[in-house]
Amino acid sequence: MASSAFKPFSSKSALVCRGVGKVWNDGTPRAQEALRGIDLDIAPGEFVVLLGPSGCGKSTLLYLLAGLEDATSGQSWFFGDLVEGPSPERSLIFQETSLFPWLSVWQNVSFGLSIRGLATAERKEIARQALQRVGLAEAFDKRPDELSGGMRQRVAVARALAMRPKVLLMDEPFAALDVQTRAKMQDFLGDVWSQSGASVLFVTHHIDEAVALADRVVVFTARPGRIKTIIPVELERPRDLFSPEAERLRRELTQSLRDEVDRAFAEQEALAL
Amino acid sequence: MALRTDVILRRPRSGRLEGRKTPIQQGSIVVSQSWAAICRAVPRLLWTAASLGLFAGIWEACWALGWADPKLLPPPHIFLGAIVEQAKFFNTVSRWQVGVGQDAGPPPSMAVLYTVLATTGRVFAGLVIAATLAISTGVAIRYFKLFERLTLPTITLLAPVSPIAWLPVAIFLFGIGNKPAIFMVVIALLFHMVLATISQIDHVNRNFVNVARTMGASKRQIYFRVIIPAILPQLFVVLRFNLFGAWMVVLVAEATGVGYGLGQVIMLGRNTFNPSLVFFTIVLIGVLGYSFDWLMRFVQNRVLYWVPQGVETLRGL
Repeated sequence: MASSAFKPFSSKSALVCRGVGKVWNDGTPRAQEALRGIDLDIAPGEFVVLLGPSGCGKSTLLYLLAGLEDATSGQSWFFGDLVEGPSPERSLIFQETSLFPWLSVWQNVSFGLSIRGLATAERKEIARQALQRVGLAEAFDKRPDELSGGMRQRVAVARALAMRPKVLLMDEPFAALDVQTRAKMQDFLGDVWSQSGASVLFVTHHIDEAVALADRVVVFTARPGRIKTIIPVELERPRDLFSPEAERLRRELTQSLRDEVDRAFAEQEALAL
Repeated sequence: MALRTDVILRRPRSGRLEGRKTPIQQGSIVVSQSWAAICRAVPRLLWTAASLGLFAGIWEACWALGWADPKLLPPPHIFLGAIVEQAKFFNTVSRWQVGVGQDAGPPPSMAVLYTVLATTGRVFAGLVIAATLAISTGVAIRYFKLFERLTLPTITLLAPVSPIAWLPVAIFLFGIGNKPAIFMVVIALLFHMVLATISQIDHVNRNFVNVARTMGASKRQIYFRVIIPAILPQLFVVLRFNLFGAWMVVLVAEATGVGYGLGQVIMLGRNTFNPSLVFFTIVLIGVLGYSFDWLMRFVQNRVLYWVPQGVETLRGL
């Protein structure tokens, strides 16, 4: 821990990673290094996009920060406290639908509250507010299978918001949606984020998503995932995605990502042949 | 440790999900829905009738051509025509007792009903007991590591044993009566269902479990509020697939160890060389098994409404 490379950090940071690494199946012949030496500071209320080629370990970092997996090396802190397990204050939103199909929408949204043992009336009220914030008050009594993919992800966001999280961890939440819906969802997420005051750590491999949403873009290398560069985004919100500045950023990110995608490709081919 | 059945049992398949519609609109929705249901059911019924008609027709033709000896293979019009005459053989209640005559007991129509209810009741009791035992055992195996180590090897060893092999055990343990028949149904389903439960637990969507974990759920809460609701629908399908096996086993058990029931009637038909009785009973069993399956599908659609639709593999009859 006391290595000379250790960078000090402020306990006011929402999330801090120092030297975080993860090896899957560590100590076995199938060991595979997913992440190496991640140093990252995320401020409260900041929107950070993790961008990288598929399989570069960005989702792994999210699982580590959510406390669902243990890091093999390094440590993370959440507002100064060591991350040692899952917490409702660090909500993870998954790529695939993760709503419980046997519960109605409002019961899904208030699932975490019922774990805490809140009374039904109170849970209903909080669920109603959370659904209103994602624009789905009408869906209160519906079942998840009656909703479209985009609506389901909004309910998942509402479920996370109902726990009043300080950090939202989003693992390619819109990847399964079609392009038009995804654009809508980005607008929606931008609004929700600015109202909630929570930090967002958003994993994607879509450059457009990074341009539309991020305060800072963290570009990852191919496996093992390391931070290649961090690019601050100075565009004003609401963003004009066709402005020359946005175009320039897009080009910069594409450039930065291209080598990594090539490397990831070469590695996958080498593994397959 | 109460399983949260309230969330599972509450909501019907359709109903108030229609949202805020006027009563007239709701009425027309109900009418159009039931009309659509009828339109869907009619072709299916016609095909069922055609299928049965074809089968019976070939049989009748064989009889008319003199290929099928009516003493051995009486065609449907003969064995169904003899229902009234045959029904008295269902009155097997207490037949083995000294001093009980042929005409003692309930009238023939009631005797048929009693016999059918007795067999159905045994199948149903066996299914309920087997499902309850299997789910609790399977969950306990995944929940408590020690329990798994102590029981799983034995269960895996016993799973491939044919239920017929348990028949003597059933009689050793329970003598004759309802108990051995129910025991046979339970034993035929139990081990497979335990293994199915474990496999379902292992295949619960990881995201469901992870969501519950991030929400701060304890292990017990994860099991009772996520894993068990998540595995119930597929287990119900497993139960349905095993239903026909249960019907087969209960007949064997009844034929040997129980005073009355459809299996006993089949044995009577065999021993008295009465093919009409055998075929009539076979028809009864077929209709019962089919109705039972239909009932379970109905329950599945209403109670376990989040079952993915389109797994209706048994619809064929």
